[in-house]
Amino acid sequence: MGRILLVCRLAVRDLRRRRTEAALLLFAIVTATTTLTLALVLRDAAADPYQSTREATNGPDVVASVNRAAELPDLDELAAAPGVTGHSGPYPVTAARLQASDKTSDVQVLGRDAAPAPVDQPALTQGGWVRDGGVVVEAAFAHAFNVRVGDPVTLNGRSFEVVGVAVTAAMAPYPGSSCIVAVGCANGPVRPAELPASLIWNPGLVWLTQADVRSIAAGSVSYVMNLKLADPSEATAFVAARQPATMGTPYLMSWESILDDATEMARDAQILLMIGAWLLGLLAVASLSVLVGGRIADQTRRVGLLKAVGGTPGLIAAVLLAEYVLVALVAAAAGLAIGWRTAPLLAASGAGLIGSAGTPAMTLPTAGLVTAVALAVAVAATFLPAVRAARSSTVSALADAARPPHRTGWLIAISARLPVPLLLALRVAARRPRRVVLGVVSIAITISGIYVALVLNDYLTAHPLAAGVDAVQAGLLRRVLLAVMVILVCLAAVNAVFITWATALDNRHSSALARTLGATPGEVSAALAAAQILPALVGAVAGVFPGGYALFAAINAITGGDGSKATLPSLWQLLALVLAAVFVVAALTAVPARLGARRPVIDSLQAELT
Amino acid sequence: MSDATDTAVLRARGLRKEYGTGEGLVRAVDGIDLDIRAGETVAVMGPSGCGKSTLLHLLGGLDRPSGGEVTLNGRRIDDIGEKALARMRRTDVGFVFQAFHLLEELTAIENVELSALLAGRSPRAARRRAHELLEQVGLADRARFLPSALSGGQRQRVAIARALSNEPLVVLADEPTGNLDSAAILDVLQLFEKLHEAGQTLVIVTHDARIAATADRLISMRDGAFIDETHLTGGTTGRLGALAGLDD
Ligand SMILES: Nc1ncnc2c1ncn2[C@@H]1O[C@H](COP(=O)(O)OP(=O)(O)O)[C@@H](O)[C@H]1O
Ligand SMILES: [Mg+2]
Repeated sequence: MGRILLVCRLAVRDLRRRRTEAALLLFAIVTATTTLTLALVLRDAAADPYQSTREATNGPDVVASVNRAAELPDLDELAAAPGVTGHSGPYPVTAARLQASDKTSDVQVLGRDAAPAPVDQPALTQGGWVRDGGVVVEAAFAHAFNVRVGDPVTLNGRSFEVVGVAVTAAMAPYPGSSCIVAVGCANGPVRPAELPASLIWNPGLVWLTQADVRSIAAGSVSYVMNLKLADPSEATAFVAARQPATMGTPYLMSWESILDDATEMARDAQILLMIGAWLLGLLAVASLSVLVGGRIADQTRRVGLLKAVGGTPGLIAAVLLAEYVLVALVAAAAGLAIGWRTAPLLAASGAGLIGSAGTPAMTLPTAGLVTAVALAVAVAATFLPAVRAARSSTVSALADAARPPHRTGWLIAISARLPVPLLLALRVAARRPRRVVLGVVSIAITISGIYVALVLNDYLTAHPLAAGVDAVQAGLLRRVLLAVMVILVCLAAVNAVFITWATALDNRHSSALARTLGATPGEVSAALAAAQILPALVGAVAGVFPGGYALFAAINAITGGDGSKATLPSLWQLLALVLAAVFVVAALTAVPARLGARRPVIDSLQAELT
Repeated sequence: MSDATDTAVLRARGLRKEYGTGEGLVRAVDGIDLDIRAGETVAVMGPSGCGKSTLLHLLGGLDRPSGGEVTLNGRRIDDIGEKALARMRRTDVGFVFQAFHLLEELTAIENVELSALLAGRSPRAARRRAHELLEQVGLADRARFLPSALSGGQRQRVAIARALSNEPLVVLADEPTGNLDSAAILDVLQLFEKLHEAGQTLVIVTHDARIAATADRLISMRDGAFIDETHLTGGTTGRLGALAGLDD
């Protein structure tokens, strides 16, 4: 017990002694844990509400529709089919134009009885059920269209009053609605000019009495029937067995496909977040390794002191690990809190289902997974340096001998042929190959993330219909993309500054020596900057290909998307991306690289000795 | 001493360097005048902390004086920019330090050729020159060793070879034998004698009487100023007895 206390006290002291570094560490892990939490919470949030809505409304297992009264016997036949244990309808449905104050929208109008239906009785979240002259509006649509109980509206020019707002499991919430009217529907952010005028566009769903539907029906009336099966898990098979290969009637939809539609957007956002969390996790490992490497080099003397007064290697490794575990735990808690609080913002348009309006639940597995990942990141990044520091000999640790530089003979030989700044730059890089690799990886991860974001953004803009998303969903996915990218870029920037800083400190002596031998301050700072920019260039190129390309392919494989429909970024876009990355790294590293290059040489040369 | 002025390679006038302010003010170098002729070997001796290293850094343009002038080969170097200073160090000055200051990841020959490469020589010319120099310091067979595989004396000889790489006008050595055992000291001593005979201008800060005895001139410092200056007979080789035959 006393030992644990001692370890904790030493760890906390050390963290407090280096607040900035501790804060940066925390930042790196919090970004990853927040993103991961968002992804997990969203996954749970996406599946849950549909199930509860299905239960609350006695949702159908299969929804069947026909486009003409003459086909009604087909529906009756279905209702009598083996395996069907209950049904409601057929109900009339028609397309109409809804107007509320100054806004208009296309809607599918479903005629229902005033009495509750045995299958799919929409659950009211506000007001009451349909009556003559009273319209009930689907919840997500009501939210998007901003109508409330009591508002006057017109349908095809006839006046109605909004009497209720309800949710259903028979159709995905707005704007994911399936099309059950004869005229056909289209979805998308902007109504295409070539769209036939008869086609309704981004329709919402409202309920009227059957009489009211017939009275406003300008064109044809279709019919919908909700079926209950003995075994709901047979729904897909039931549909597959009956659905003709051609678009024949009746048109059938299983509850699973409705669930898919209802959760599609949340699922896509979740995949993006999941990938973002992975990328951020990797970046966090990279920045941690650099930070921890730098800290440990800095801490060798302290380790020596601890050992000299009798600290065992185990104690020392424990102190170092305890520091990062502490940071990781705080980061996990912060990430869980932030992710849990911000998830509703991303899941907001799922308001068409029961339970989705509230804060998504934080489950034990989510909390456990996020904490485990934070710990894994911290331990992965600190384990080796901690063990190495603990094992180093007491004497050399006391003498504060930093990790000896690495020798890469061929690089040194090649660099002799280059101009002075590049000669020095290559040698700076060759001294710490692991750090260079971390720099390359960090940039490559970021650039592949941006590459994918570019492709997806382009795709969402150009082909929202092909992507299977509507304006609201596209907007949401873009927000998610943007959020992940911003965090990614921030973390990469922090990494670049860490790495340059560590390199500048690490090369103080050799830089001073080069200046003693006649290198100019300009050459030395150019070398330090180039030692960052060259890896950045390699990382940026690798981030485009194969990085970004492979990541996009992976996302397509996971989502089952059709990547061939997406246009890959043009060559000049990629070139601009690579150049921008290099430019940003150059700008970020300029300050640390110039650090001290103009001080008198002797300060830096002796700083190493004292 | 006045006749030295015309042929002086390195000249200082009223040279001062102060550290700190107020109570904590340290006059590390306090009004020094100095002329060093081409081919001359000057030894600087004095107690620790009297300002020897500081003087050497000022003479070689590694540090900036608080006042006074330094002229190298007829050019003022105390008021020129960092870039010009760097060029000057590249071609005109060679440094040798007590702590060697070799780059750990470079082999002996790579350390030696570095100055030539920084001066813009071709890789081949730099390599050839480094070979010659290593041969000259007796380490041709250690060319591919890393510093960690060399003894202290060998490391210092590599450092001296590096200092000579660009045929500097003057070599400034700060306690070059301070970290060495007596056998190694003899090696380095012989090397400096050879350089002296070859007409290399040398300024050596040292605690070692044997090194000092090889000099043409011996300067004693205390509290940042010269307190005594001795011309040694003929400036010849390391006979301690020569110290007795004082010139003036
Ligand atoms: N960077 C510095 N800052 C403050 N004082 C210094 C610095 N360098 C040297 N000094 C002081 O200047 C004086 C001369 O130092 P130095 O030239 O190193 O002496 P020496 O080489 O003769 O031992 C000493 O008192 C030392 O403490
Ligand atoms: Mg000294």
